[in-house]
Amino acid sequence: MSPAPVHYAAASGAFSLSWLLIALPLAGAAVLLLGGRRTDRFGHLIGTLAALASFVVGVVLFAAMLGRDGDDRALSQHLFSWIPVNGFQVDVGLLVDQLSIVFVLLITGVGTLIHIYSIGYMAHDPARRKFFAYMNLFLASMLLLVLGNNFLSLYAGWELVGLSSYLLIKFWEYKPAAATAANKAFYMNRVGDVGLAIAIMLMFATVGSTSYADVFGAASANVIGYGTITAMALLLLLGACGKSGQFPLQAWLPDAMEGPTPISALIHAATMVTAGVYLIVRAGPIFDETQAARTVVVIIGAATILIGCVIGCAYDDIKKVLAYSTVSQIGYMFLAVGLGPAGYAIGIMHLLAHGFFKAGLFLGAGSVIHAMDDDQDLRHYGGLWRKMPITWATFGLGFLAIIGFPGLSGYFTKDRIIETAFDKGGTSGYLLGSIALLGAGITAFYMSRLFLMTFHGKPRWSSEGENARHPHESPVTMTGPMIVLAVGSTFAGGLFVLGHSMQDWLEPVAGEGVEGVHTFSPLVLTLLTLVVVVGGFAAAWLRYQARPVEATARPDSEVTLVTVAARHDLFANTFNETVAMRPGQYLTRFLVWLDLVGVDGFVRGSAAGIGGLSGRMRRLQTGFVRSYALSMLGGAVLMVGALLLVWGG
Amino acid sequence: MNPANYLILAALLFTIGTAGVLIRRNAIVVFMSIELMLNAANLTLVTFSRIHGTLDGQVMAFFVMVVAAAEVVIGLAIILSIFRTRRSASVDDVNLLKY
Amino acid sequence: MNHAVVLAAAGELTSTSTGEAVTFWILAPVAVLAALAMILVRSAVHSALLLVANLFCVAVFYLLEQAPFLGFVQIIVYAGAIMVLFLFVLMLVGVDSSDSLVETIRGQRLGAVIFGLGFAGLLVFPIGSAIDGVHGKGLESANAGGNVQAIGRLLFSQYFFVFEAVSALLVVAAIGTMVLGHREREGGRINQREWMRRRFTEGRQATPLPGPGVFARHDSADTLGLLPGGGRASGIGGIAGTAPESPANGGPADDDDGSGSGPSGGGPSADDGQLGGDDAALAHVGKGEQR
Repeated sequence: MSPAPVHYAAASGAFSLSWLLIALPLAGAAVLLLGGRRTDRFGHLIGTLAALASFVVGVVLFAAMLGRDGDDRALSQHLFSWIPVNGFQVDVGLLVDQLSIVFVLLITGVGTLIHIYSIGYMAHDPARRKFFAYMNLFLASMLLLVLGNNFLSLYAGWELVGLSSYLLIKFWEYKPAAATAANKAFYMNRVGDVGLAIAIMLMFATVGSTSYADVFGAASANVIGYGTITAMALLLLLGACGKSGQFPLQAWLPDAMEGPTPISALIHAATMVTAGVYLIVRAGPIFDETQAARTVVVIIGAATILIGCVIGCAYDDIKKVLAYSTVSQIGYMFLAVGLGPAGYAIGIMHLLAHGFFKAGLFLGAGSVIHAMDDDQDLRHYGGLWRKMPITWATFGLGFLAIIGFPGLSGYFTKDRIIETAFDKGGTSGYLLGSIALLGAGITAFYMSRLFLMTFHGKPRWSSEGENARHPHESPVTMTGPMIVLAVGSTFAGGLFVLGHSMQDWLEPVAGEGVEGVHTFSPLVLTLLTLVVVVGGFAAAWLRYQARPVEATARPDSEVTLVTVAARHDLFANTFNETVAMRPGQYLTRFLVWLDLVGVDGFVRGSAAGIGGLSGRMRRLQTGFVRSYALSMLGGAVLMVGALLLVWGG
Repeated sequence: MNPANYLILAALLFTIGTAGVLIRRNAIVVFMSIELMLNAANLTLVTFSRIHGTLDGQVMAFFVMVVAAAEVVIGLAIILSIFRTRRSASVDDVNLLKY
Repeated sequence: MNHAVVLAAAGELTSTSTGEAVTFWILAPVAVLAALAMILVRSAVHSALLLVANLFCVAVFYLLEQAPFLGFVQIIVYAGAIMVLFLFVLMLVGVDSSDSLVETIRGQRLGAVIFGLGFAGLLVFPIGSAIDGVHGKGLESANAGGNVQAIGRLLFSQYFFVFEAVSALLVVAAIGTMVLGHREREGGRINQREWMRRRFTEGRQATPLPGPGVFARHDSADTLGLLPGGGRASGIGGIAGTAPESPANGGPADDDDGSGSGPSGGGPSADDGQLGGDDAALAHVGKGEQR
């Protein structure tokens, strides 16, 4: 049963400062963007400080919330009336509750770490100030997204994070690939955003309000018809899929890795792409009412797990592999939240854990790329662990966390998802559980492959010759955040699960997870998962450690059909191009043609017609007075005739 | 005889004057045609004066004559000054104001 | 009929006198013919004279219609003063600038005929049907104290301001005419010597042009023998002429009129009917294009 959080307590005390969370990074962005080149020298410090300050506020709020009663922790703060139209009242307000505060901590915490990391990573980039400005803008937007107390604020944040994501993907806009990737991300996000927008309009049309309190109240009170609420949920899901890179809108996320690596870590792994999960959990009261939409969520999650895993095995680009890993991990989260209140907390837990270890992995990857002179090809790595021990250690911890090594974060959260999937019961439960289990195995395989090819085996680079590489450990600003994140990856999961702390914490928001009947006992399932994971690792070991790795990938003609498909993103791009892009192009060309021939033709034609007619009519203006007199007489005859007709009948 | 026959006569004269304006090129003849039309109008006025039994029509005709005189004077002066510059009294030669 | 009795009792003019009818039916065709001829003859002078004839007819109609004042004003002012003005200007412009009757504007004549006939039809037939059985009141009572006195009374009472305004208009017209007719003299006064020098250096006709209507009984430098079509009868004139048979082609302005076709036709052109002479050598002077 999910309680209807219809009423939120008014914020007071420390909570009345919650707007500072958004205002601080926003001010940072404003200072950096408006200050221009004057702030070049210290801009990164301002940006980092703004993020850090926001994090401190978040921690203070968290501490204050801990001091409150369990049921009294959701606090709403009215900021101002945004759209005070009669009959359509949109007040901008903040909702600080258990769900948003953990997001705040994740966003500001990981965000601050990545700000620090970027100081080192972007040290040589002439546009570093702009980079920090965009990062601050992203922080503010993401915080607005999670802190808004109505769907319209969420939508504003949703679009703003899309904008920041776009700006940061194309940060190196002189690279055609980056510019293209940014556009692709933008367009595909639009598809989802339209869904979200329509969902919000639907809410307004049926409920008359967009605030969480009103909408969820109406949803829980069964005021909204089943069809409407299902449509609403599916449209929200479309928005979530777009932002989170889920099937069928997953193709933009791997391309987004063209952006700087810190961005990949922060936006496209840890925070923004999980906004879809947040949306579904936040809109839980709506999804609770419609089993159909929930089934779709589960299907999408399961499909995305497999898609991400399969493609992740085929790529040699370290960031692409991590990106598909992200896709697949978010698939796990979708699967979890699609399972209902039982999975909400688990999904969020996995999200937080994933935020740590995936950010850590990306930062580690960034460190490696940095060391290898921006070479991202796994086949050019090998044996790096001697050269970069800190990166190796932190990356290794993240790697162990993601494959679910016992005791690390992934073990606790992902195993719980598999367990919950099996616990759903029935055929669908077995199916979903098996998919999740299989996904875990494949995840272990490709992550091991990644790890082994990067850090172990014989070096496939040389420190001499034409392509000489001199791998070195990264500076402390980069390794520091990596270490912190590695610690987080190691212990976060355990912390969440310990004594059901996270589940209890989220219970007022996410609802109480019903402890279902276990299909398998947890112990059996854990062992089963371990076996699968070890199997995956062993396969990777045999393939990439026991045997030497080729320096170049085998051509498509020598590999299996599955590999070819995986290398081509399972033809997702081809599909998109065939189904959406080409018809769109044809439609556009047709419209252009129609505009040129039809509209312009009409306009120009009428202009030319009138011009030509005028040219002819002009000739009537002969200059001969007698011609004019004749016309006058003709007019007079006509008028007299008409008058006689009228009068004489 | 019906006194209104004058009206028909006036209509004929007026039409002839109109035709003269339209087909003659000599500006002076055009002017004469206009005088013819004015006279036709005057004849109408006088006839109506008679039919109505009041003298107002005749007074109107008188005024028309005066105005016609003024018009002729000015018109002829214009024709003369045009003739001086263009050496032509043809209305068709004054056709620069055209397309 | 009762109605007619009532009308008669009211002193209505149901019909005009026989004398008036006779006069009307004689003069009305004359007026129409004069008007038609006025717009059809080539010579502007003839046009003016035909207009005078028309004006006289109209003046008689005024007299018939119990408007003696207007009738005489018509004769004195219109046929007298205004037509003299017309002729005066005609002479200034040049009596030999006879009009070509060949139409140069395409469709003009056809349009004029069609619209003219249409206009006439539209005016005449409705009037004809409207006046059927309508008769005037007559002006006997209005003219009781004399037509001139009655009009004078009206002019200086009821129409006083109109009268004054029209007077002002006349004054304005007079001043306007002076403004338009005024020509600034450029350079100094031209004396007789200068006039003579110009006259001979320009190489045009040295002698004065012959008066209009003068028949060329002989051909000399001062009286050129011109053929009816305007061609030179012989080469004796001040300027080397052409052979008597070959017609001098057209005037300087009337390039396409009938004036050049006379000699070859062996007779007068249709337009010159009233000047005709069957003697080809009997040239008509005054229609020439030489100035």
